[in-house]
Amino acid sequence: MIPSIKPPKHLKMRVPQTSAAETSLQSGPPKIEIRGLNFYYGDMRSLHDINMTLADRSITAFIGPSGCGKSTLLRVLNRMYALYPNQRAEGEVLIGGRDILGPTVDVAELRYRVGMVFQKPTPFPMSVFDNVAFGLRLAGGVRGADLKIRVESALRDAAIWDEVKDKLHADGRSLSGGQQQRLCVARAIAVQPDVLLLDEPTAALDPISTLRVEETLQALREKYCIVVVTHNLQQAARVSNVTGFMFMGELVEIGPSNQIFTSPQDRRTDDYITGRFG
Amino acid sequence: MNRRALRKAKNGVFLALSLIATMTGLACLAAILWTLLSHGLAGMSWHLFTAMTPPPGGQGGLLNALYGSAVMTLLGILIGSPIGVLAGTYLAEYGRKSRLSTAIRFINDVLLSAPSIIIGLFIYEIVVVRMGHFSAIAGALSLAVLAIPVTLRTTEDMLNLVPIGMKDSSAALGAYPWRTTISVLYPAARSGIVTGLLLAIARISGETAPLLFTALNNQFWSTNLNAPMANLPVVIFQFALSPYKDWQDLAWAGALIITVSILVLSISARVLLALLQSGRGSGR
Repeated sequence: MIPSIKPPKHLKMRVPQTSAAETSLQSGPPKIEIRGLNFYYGDMRSLHDINMTLADRSITAFIGPSGCGKSTLLRVLNRMYALYPNQRAEGEVLIGGRDILGPTVDVAELRYRVGMVFQKPTPFPMSVFDNVAFGLRLAGGVRGADLKIRVESALRDAAIWDEVKDKLHADGRSLSGGQQQRLCVARAIAVQPDVLLLDEPTAALDPISTLRVEETLQALREKYCIVVVTHNLQQAARVSNVTGFMFMGELVEIGPSNQIFTSPQDRRTDDYITGRFG
Repeated sequence: MNRRALRKAKNGVFLALSLIATMTGLACLAAILWTLLSHGLAGMSWHLFTAMTPPPGGQGGLLNALYGSAVMTLLGILIGSPIGVLAGTYLAEYGRKSRLSTAIRFINDVLLSAPSIIIGLFIYEIVVVRMGHFSAIAGALSLAVLAIPVTLRTTEDMLNLVPIGMKDSSAALGAYPWRTTISVLYPAARSGIVTGLLLAIARISGETAPLLFTALNNQFWSTNLNAPMANLPVVIFQFALSPYKDWQDLAWAGALIITVSILVLSISARVLLALLQSGRGSGR
């Protein structure tokens, strides 16, 4: 069952930032806590005992060579993997204090709270407006003028409003690649999720469009817990405040981005960011 | 002869061979169309669309046959296409890799290439024999059975062409599979599915064999679905084989009408699709 629309973010009381060592380097209170996470494709274990805490109002980037498990980790956070057979996760993943791997969790409701943007832009075959309104209409309860306001604010937050405000009724697929991807970001944030996941969101885009999407992410940092997987090290350095390096299914190292990119603790991280492999 | 010249010569030979093959195919097609046009146009008149099929030597047209064909084709597509579209949806979205799907896919491929006379016999056995008489509804059913595999196959293929990311994106917003299918996948595959439906109409509107055993034929005007009904293919079949000149002329005219209407159907399908595609930019 999908819950009714939550009150807007700004009406929610913010928990003051804690001073615990783990989160002091991050921007908000812990939003995602992962404990002892293992992931299996059939018999093959592809994530090994992942433990970490991700803060609200922050951008965490995961980097690492292909096949290191960073996309898999992302797909655990909204249980996207459950759409495919023979994939399973073990351990604890708490989002906002609730274990999302439990058997009683409604995945549709979970995915409603945890938005996701994919590598290739995937505008739905409908108008720009309907694309952004899709999630809101699924949940129900928002219509008429309210719906218009929510759609506009999502498009503004995704930094695409000025480009599409005169063609809200044009097909979403008629936009350029970069615009399509920002439309997908707008669609994901229109329902005001708790967490926003992005799986290599700029891998299919040209440099200018990449820049625009990165600017969009920067603007969204104030409101969301954002997790982005990227192949692009410069991008991780540019947009994230926390970076995690993954290698062969292990989380090798996670910490403030400037520290990871300037003085990594682990030899493998150093080798990767200096271009010795990957 | 050096190597380059040899390769050039080989290229020339293959080019010539494929050109000859293409020309042969096109020439056959042109000959068929020319024969059809020259014989068919001679028999064209307003009577075709206003009068019933005549007895030998009498004045008449094809009105009852045209009506019967339209009714049975329409009924056939109305019964067959929902089954085909839904089954194709099941194969593409729900049972992609299950054993049942593999079996259905195989049987559907067999059905797709099964001689239509077998379908006619099948309906004859289970409908006509039990009802005790030929009927339009039996004709429509046999056409429906022919329409199922075509629509099933195109629907499955077209849904499989929809990028997986689109499906995942919809699921990532909290949509259940049926909602994804109706709101995202069907619109994305719309032009392909519609093309499948039009292909199915084109296929069944010219079928003779399944109607021979089911709807039979009718000399007279009849709108009773529970009685034999006239239809163009069977009328053409009977009239063309008859020794009477006026019947043969009517058969040619009927053949021309079928060909032209299928042509119009295909062209309007393309125009419709083109309009839908270009309409993306504006309409909602």
